[in-house]
Amino acid sequence: MGRTLAEKIIARAAGRDFVQPGQIVTCRVDLAMVHDSSGPRRHKAMLEQLGAKPWDVSRIVVVTDHYVPAFDAESAAILDLTRRWVRDEGVANFYDMEGICHVILPERGHLRPGMFAVGGDSHSPTAGAWGCFMFGIGATEMCGVLVTGEIWLKVPPTHLVRWNGRLGEGVAAKDIMLALCRDVGLGTVKYGVVEYTGSAVAASSMAERMVLTNMSAELGAQTGIIAPDRVTVEALAAAGVSVPEAASWQGDADAIYAKVWEFDASALVPQVAAPHSPANAAPVGDHRGVKIDQCYIGACTGAKLDDLRMAASILRGRKVARGTRLLVAPASQRITAAAAADGTLAALAEAGAILMPSGCGACAGYGAGVLAEREVCLSSTARNFKGRMGHSDSLVYLGSAYTVAASAVTGRITDPRPMLAEKVAA
Amino acid sequence: MNADRRPGRAFVFGDNVDTDALAPGLYMKGSIETLARHCLEALDSGFAGAVRPGDFVVGGENFGMGSSREQAAMVLRQLGVEAVIARSFAGLFFRNCLNLGLAPLECAGAGSIQSGDVLTVDPVAGRIINRSRAQTYSCVPIPDHLLEMVKDGGLLPHLAKKLERQRDVS
Ligand code: SF4
Repeated sequence: MGRTLAEKIIARAAGRDFVQPGQIVTCRVDLAMVHDSSGPRRHKAMLEQLGAKPWDVSRIVVVTDHYVPAFDAESAAILDLTRRWVRDEGVANFYDMEGICHVILPERGHLRPGMFAVGGDSHSPTAGAWGCFMFGIGATEMCGVLVTGEIWLKVPPTHLVRWNGRLGEGVAAKDIMLALCRDVGLGTVKYGVVEYTGSAVAASSMAERMVLTNMSAELGAQTGIIAPDRVTVEALAAAGVSVPEAASWQGDADAIYAKVWEFDASALVPQVAAPHSPANAAPVGDHRGVKIDQCYIGACTGAKLDDLRMAASILRGRKVARGTRLLVAPASQRITAAAAADGTLAALAEAGAILMPSGCGACAGYGAGVLAEREVCLSSTARNFKGRMGHSDSLVYLGSAYTVAASAVTGRITDPRPMLAEKVAA
Repeated sequence: MNADRRPGRAFVFGDNVDTDALAPGLYMKGSIETLARHCLEALDSGFAGAVRPGDFVVGGENFGMGSSREQAAMVLRQLGVEAVIARSFAGLFFRNCLNLGLAPLECAGAGSIQSGDVLTVDPVAGRIINRSRAQTYSCVPIPDHLLEMVKDGGLLPHLAKKLERQRDVS
């Protein structure tokens, strides 16, 4: 009987030839990632209470991204505790204020296809773009992993989501995910796996694929996954990872899926999700004219180099509207450096964008850039739950970096496609 | 998880109650006591003040969607919530509840419960009695391998027991 890619990875990690959905197994963990909010701050005391040590520090990656840079005594103390724990335990894989965890992992060569990994963060499925089975867990469960190197799992069924055709100009992976949040729903896949496939996925960059797996969390999936191909192998090589057998991690042709969903990428238009749910997505035109106080390009979901370039392609030769502010928080330091080198940052700054540190920032209301009561934000992040980005009576819309940038220019929710088509006099 | 079956009141919320509502990011760096005071305030500003130890939180579909922050489950325990009852749970939140010794009860009948109803709940038997409406609902049983952990009070006490046994052997 054919097996899906996720089932093959789980079987390998569980030391079995074969697993099937519904079965409860215990898996060896190849990699455990924690950040400053969910990590040492929480598990240090638990480990001490148990009198236990981490099972294998070489398999642990620690990233500070939620409270960076420190902005008050409490956040400084959280970061200080994180640094001390890392030093005391001798964790070599430590990235301090260098970027958002889900972006750091592949950027620094920690991911390889076929890996079974856990992260102390709900967007850990992002790693699925690299052919890994990675899912988010809470801090107590992470403590269990740190002690034992193992975790139990009820083998999830896999849903196959196929995007045929190709995306039009000005349409991005974010639009795919917002459309899926609406059409598939936030709870339909019920902690299953979403595997993305089809010509539109094959044609997309790793950064864009990471948006698909990242927002699988919004679909309620345990994780998302994309089978490795030539694009994956090339990106791994660029990150200094050589995995000769990478491309062999594929689902079988006769694998059994809980459901197969088919969509046409060429028919997709830019989407905007209204407050307070990603499932409130509709074509951008439906929200046209909504006045915006803040535009935010940030987060693991929406501030990779591809996103910054999308924004720059709109903003070159244009200005952010008066009465609107555009905040840009690149997802990592390396992304900032690359965007500086290729002129992307200059284009953003000249248009009036405000550059923010690499980190979670306003995405979850932890850092700078939060919203006041009744303020309206259009954001390239993944979630617009009530109160997530600041005051509980602020309003957050979600869209792609194209849509956020175009809306920053007019101060209102705006379809980016006419701006892309229009030649701007230099 | 408490073994005695004291009656408690139901606080009912809708579908897709998210972790930002349960544990708002603005207060995440503070103490669990502070965070608990803001629990669910985006949906019901009076909740944290009104809920009493032994009460129940009831939701619709996909309860606890969103973040991995287990404070979302912890604040409910902090407020003394005895169990969370919903038609369905987000997977991550479900795991977090079990790890923290808070029983997540998946119950098809959750939709019949109204705010203020008085319930008694038996998590082990998977049974909810709605005294206000003279109704009984059954819940999806918690798998055996997890029930043991919940009975121990969550993953940490469970691990401590296990480590203790290992130390005794060696
Ligand atoms: S950027 Fe936002 S979604 Fe991503 S890890 Fe940080 S808080 Fe979570």
